[in-house]
Amino acid sequence: MEYRVTYQQYQQGLEQGEFVGLKCNECGAVTFPPLGVCRKCSGTNLEQTQMSGMGIVKTFTVIRVPPEGMKAPYVVAMVKLDEGPYVTGNLVGIDPDKTDMDIIDKRVKLGSQVIDGNAGPENKQRVLTFELV
Amino acid sequence: MREVAVCGVGMTKFGISEKTNLEMFAEAGIEAIEGSNIEPKDIEALFFGNCLGDFEEGQLHMAPFAAAELGLPRSAPATRFESACATATVAIRHAALLVGAGVYDVVLAGGTERATKMGTPLATKTFAMASQAQHESAAGMTFPGVFAMAAHMYASKYGIALGELKRHMAEVSVKNHYHGSMNPKAHFQKEIDVDTVLSGMMVADPLQLFDCCPFSDGAAAVVIADAAKARELVKKPIYIAGTGQAYGGPLYLQEDLTRVRARELASKQAYREAGLSPEDIDVVELHDCFTIAEILAVESMGFYEFGKGFDAATKGETRLKGRVVVNPSGGLKAKGHPIGATGAAQVTEIVEQLREESGPRQVEGARVGMVDTLGGDFGTVCNIILRS
Ligand SMILES: [Zn+2]
Repeated sequence: MEYRVTYQQYQQGLEQGEFVGLKCNECGAVTFPPLGVCRKCSGTNLEQTQMSGMGIVKTFTVIRVPPEGMKAPYVVAMVKLDEGPYVTGNLVGIDPDKTDMDIIDKRVKLGSQVIDGNAGPENKQRVLTFELV
Repeated sequence: MREVAVCGVGMTKFGISEKTNLEMFAEAGIEAIEGSNIEPKDIEALFFGNCLGDFEEGQLHMAPFAAAELGLPRSAPATRFESACATATVAIRHAALLVGAGVYDVVLAGGTERATKMGTPLATKTFAMASQAQHESAAGMTFPGVFAMAAHMYASKYGIALGELKRHMAEVSVKNHYHGSMNPKAHFQKEIDVDTVLSGMMVADPLQLFDCCPFSDGAAAVVIADAAKARELVKKPIYIAGTGQAYGGPLYLQEDLTRVRARELASKQAYREAGLSPEDIDVVELHDCFTIAEILAVESMGFYEFGKGFDAATKGETRLKGRVVVNPSGGLKAKGHPIGATGAAQVTEIVEQLREESGPRQVEGARVGMVDTLGGDFGTVCNIILRS
C-alpha cells in the first residue's frame, strides 16, 4: 500500500491554504491530519478530500514556560472541525494574556504558520493556526 | 500463565543527583537483588527503562552498560524500554509476562533517569518530544500544556467554575506533599498549603508551579520471579495479580481529554486478569504528573464516576486513612518524577505498603495495591495490580 497523503503533501497543502485530508469510502469518516488508515474503522479504501477550514475551540492553554528555542507566551488549542476531526494548533490574532475560558466553543477559521525552533523533526515546519471569526 | 511475584525492591533517593544514570541504577538494582537474597549471577534478563539518556549524557543503548554495572551474566539479555513516563512500568509488565510465560524464572526490571542534568528549557523540549512531532509538539505543545488543556476541558465539560476546580486541584498537591513529608526518599519532603499552590508561577494556564511535578533524578528496580521460586527466596513475596496496557495515540485522535481511554482500557485488563474491581483496591500509586492528572486518573481507574473525582482530595478520601489512599509515597508531585524510573518506584511503594514496611505513611491493613503510569500525552497507560 502506498501512503495516501504524506506529511510532505500535507505541508505543501498548508502552504497553499489547503487542508488535505482523507475520506473513508467504507464508513464515511474524515481523517485529518492524514494517517495511514481511516481514524474510525482502520479502513484503507480512502480518497483525498479537503477540509472547509472551519471549526470550534474545544480547549486551550497559554504556554508560559516554553521549550528551548521558542518564545512564550503563546496559545495552543484543540479545535473540532466541521467535518468531525479534532486538530491541535496555535490560536493566533489574540492577546495570550486576555485568552480565557470564554474562548471555548468559539468559532474559528483554520490557517497555518511556520514554526522555528520547536521539538519537531523539521527545522521550519508548518502547523495549524486558528483565528476567531 | 504461571503466577508471578515481586521479591526485592530498591530505589535511590529522588531529587537532584550528581550520580550518573548507571550509578543510580546500580544502587537500586543491587538493593533489589540483595533484598531478594540472590546474587547478580542469578538474574536471567534485564528489562531496563530509560527515556532521555541521549540528551542527558550522550548515552544511547544504556541497557547492556547497566547489566555490566551490576555484573549480570553475559547470557542475560539486557533490553531498553521507552514509553515516556510509563517506561519502567511497561518494562516491569513485560518482565512479568515473560516470567509468567515460563521463559525466565528470575529477572530484574526497573529504570533510571537524570532529568535535572538537562536544565528546564532543554528538559521541557525533550519531554515534549513524547508528543506527536509533526502536528503537536511542533505547535509548541509542552507536557504541562497538554494537562492544562485537559483541565480547561474538564471545567468546561462538567460546568465547574475554573477557580473552584483549581482549588480542588491545589488540594491534590497539598495532599501529595503531606504524604511526601513522610517519605525520606522523596524529592520534596515539606508540607505546603493551598495558598502555596495558588500563588505559584503560571506554567501553562491554568497550571501553576505547584500543580506540576518536578524534573528529578533517580532510579528504581525490582526483582520479579516465578511465584514458587519467590516463596523460596523471600518471606513476603508480593504477587502480580493483573496487568494492563493500552495506547492513546496523538491528542487529535483522543478528542475528549477528560476521558483517558488508554487508562480505561488498561485498568479494565488489569482488573479482569486479577478478578478484582476498583472497590477491592486499598492503596494506589497513580500518575499525578499534574494535579489535574490525578483527578482524571481516579475517574478512569473506576474509583470515582466521571466528573465526580475532582474534590476527592479536598474531602480527604484519597488522603492517608481515607477511603482509597492515593499516592502515599508523595506521588510524582512530591516524591519526584525521574521519568524512566517512576513506574518502578511506584511498584516499590506498593510492595512496601503490602509488606507493611512503610512506617508513618503505612496504609493500615493494605492487602491489594495498584500502580498506574501514564506515558506522554496519554499516549501509553500501564497498570499493575499487586496483592500480598
Ligand atoms: Zn472508515
